[in-house]
Amino acid sequence: MTGYIVRRILWFIPTLLAVSLVSFAIIQLPPGDYLTVLESQMGAEGDYNPEVVARLRERFGFDQPFMVQYGKWMWAMLAHGDLGYSFEWRVPVSSLIGEYLALTVIVTAATLIATWLIALPIGIYSAVRPYSIFDYIATILGFIGKATPNFLLALVLMWWAFDTFGADVSGLFSPEYANAPWSWAKVRDLIAHMWLPLIVLGTSGAASLIRQMRANVLDELQKPYVEAARAQGLPEWKVILRYPVRVALNPFLSTIGSSIPELFSGAVTTAIVLNLPMAGPMLLRALVSQDMYLAGSFIFLLSVFTLIGTLISDILLTLVDPRIRFEES
Amino acid sequence: MSNALSHESAALKAYAEASGWRLGWAKFRRHKLAVVSLYIVGLLYLLAIFAEFFSPYDYSDINRRHVLAPPQAVYVVDASGQFTWPHVRALKGQRDPVTRRLNYIEDPENTFPVRLFAPSKPYKMWGFIPLETRFIGVSTPNRQASIFLLGTDSLGRDVLSRIFHGARISLSIGLVGVALSFVIGIILGGMSGYFGGWVDTIVQRTIDLLQSLPTIPLWMGLAAAVPPGQDPLVTYFMITVILSIIGWTGIARVVRGRFLALREEDFVLAARFSGASEMRIILRHMVPSFASHIIASLTLSIPEMILAETALSFLGLGLQPPAVSWGVLLKDAQSLQVISQAPWLLVPGLAVVITVLAFNFLGDGLRDASDPYGKV
Repeated sequence: MTGYIVRRILWFIPTLLAVSLVSFAIIQLPPGDYLTVLESQMGAEGDYNPEVVARLRERFGFDQPFMVQYGKWMWAMLAHGDLGYSFEWRVPVSSLIGEYLALTVIVTAATLIATWLIALPIGIYSAVRPYSIFDYIATILGFIGKATPNFLLALVLMWWAFDTFGADVSGLFSPEYANAPWSWAKVRDLIAHMWLPLIVLGTSGAASLIRQMRANVLDELQKPYVEAARAQGLPEWKVILRYPVRVALNPFLSTIGSSIPELFSGAVTTAIVLNLPMAGPMLLRALVSQDMYLAGSFIFLLSVFTLIGTLISDILLTLVDPRIRFEES
Repeated sequence: MSNALSHESAALKAYAEASGWRLGWAKFRRHKLAVVSLYIVGLLYLLAIFAEFFSPYDYSDINRRHVLAPPQAVYVVDASGQFTWPHVRALKGQRDPVTRRLNYIEDPENTFPVRLFAPSKPYKMWGFIPLETRFIGVSTPNRQASIFLLGTDSLGRDVLSRIFHGARISLSIGLVGVALSFVIGIILGGMSGYFGGWVDTIVQRTIDLLQSLPTIPLWMGLAAAVPPGQDPLVTYFMITVILSIIGWTGIARVVRGRFLALREEDFVLAARFSGASEMRIILRHMVPSFASHIIASLTLSIPEMILAETALSFLGLGLQPPAVSWGVLLKDAQSLQVISQAPWLLVPGLAVVITVLAFNFLGDGLRDASDPYGKV
């Protein structure tokens, strides 16, 4: 098992390299380099400074081949945590994106937990009482949840909340806390605002998890050992929770890995519609204004978080599932 | 009695002799939801292909007299409570004395009968067939006569007509994208499964990597590099290519899995012993036995493409107006202000949900039907 985990962690390194290459390729995609844009911008504002331009040219290795530029970018990131320069905001990227990314990770993690808390019991209940009204409702809601794009759900819920409560429910903080330093009151405010993003982000994930859990438990319930457990006089809830649910959980766990990329994807569009101070709106804005170091850093770091999430879920799965544990040793 | 017996044995004989496709079709027909979805998908494509004819108006016709007009209802009962021919009521614009906003109210006195195959001002089907009839319309050629069944947008353009036209891009991008993904997927997946070894490792690791990335940010980054202000057709193909960059992975996985499973089958071994060439083994023996399975998984990846295009266009990174797709239409409904004033601008979203649901059920049905070991 340790061998498997070590190999899994080692595999993480080439993956990271590949992701950084892809992200840097995206930074390089738009025609022209951003120095030209900066130069013309500085020229237009009358504060043209050849020294700054020369320093930036040296720093990022413009006019040099792709791999050299990539190397410089990677080196600056690894050695100094320097992700490049945002020419729209005129500050280093690293000073800009911290809080947005942190909030993205917090909201996504909260969604993942909430999805589980909701999907597990519903999935089990649907399997224990298949073809009941409750099961049909869960199935229908599940299909609709899967077919509705996150941004559409966000729009509809926002409109519904506005119509019912007469209040704009977008954003993650009340105005008085938006720019305030962190405090317990701000955390409470965040939690109070989080329900809408949680519903929007969680619906599609919960929908597929419910279906998965239902199918897993249904498969297990038909096996003879369940009958045997019943025959021994165990109470029904014990029969279900102790054996079939436990077995059914394993394939369920392995789906976390694949649901994390979807969650981060969804978080981007949802944040844009609901105007949340997360990675989405900043990324979109950076892409539209071709502020490529900022955009590339967002894409890179979002991918890295996704990979870390998948790594953790794979390791957890190894720890939980004895079949993987023993197969590998 | 003997008649019934022979009837039964004939049915059994037909069952025993039926080809795989026929058995699959019989199984598919039992999946009611999938059959209904097949009809819905067919109807949607019909509407998209003949969008000009089915639209009551030209999708780009600007109507200054009806800006953000609400959907008009079709009445079968007139003002005096009598049943009549289905008709719509004229819209009267009224300025709100306080907010100065233009509101429309229906005038029960001023009605126009709804006509099928109604005459309209001349237009060109697919850009070259001149026609003067539309599927639905109001018969009176009157300035006040209008039939906006789903309301109008901020330029007074008919939302229903725009949805029909948007279906062209939204529905075709799924097909084109899947076709492209399929070509890449079957080549790489086939190589991976057939040769095994290091080819397999490289392809599989690439798929692992692509599938563990958050797709939307990646697509956004690539789509943002598509230069704006180009021929919509060029943008369309670039977006399709971008979607296929990740789309092929799922299909390659399925193809590889099938190749791996079939490679060991006796009939492949038999073909090889009989001296069949590798190409013949693949095309004549292996492909037919997993074609149905591939079709099912292709069907299931169409809705993902449709959703992706919608999301990108909605964010303003995909297709740009004047091109219309459902995502482009939804872009108009981006702010709370607009939605609270004109909720009907969200209806293109309903079209997306219906399409995606229909494709999902259809794909589920096809998958069950293509599984020879599933219960009959």
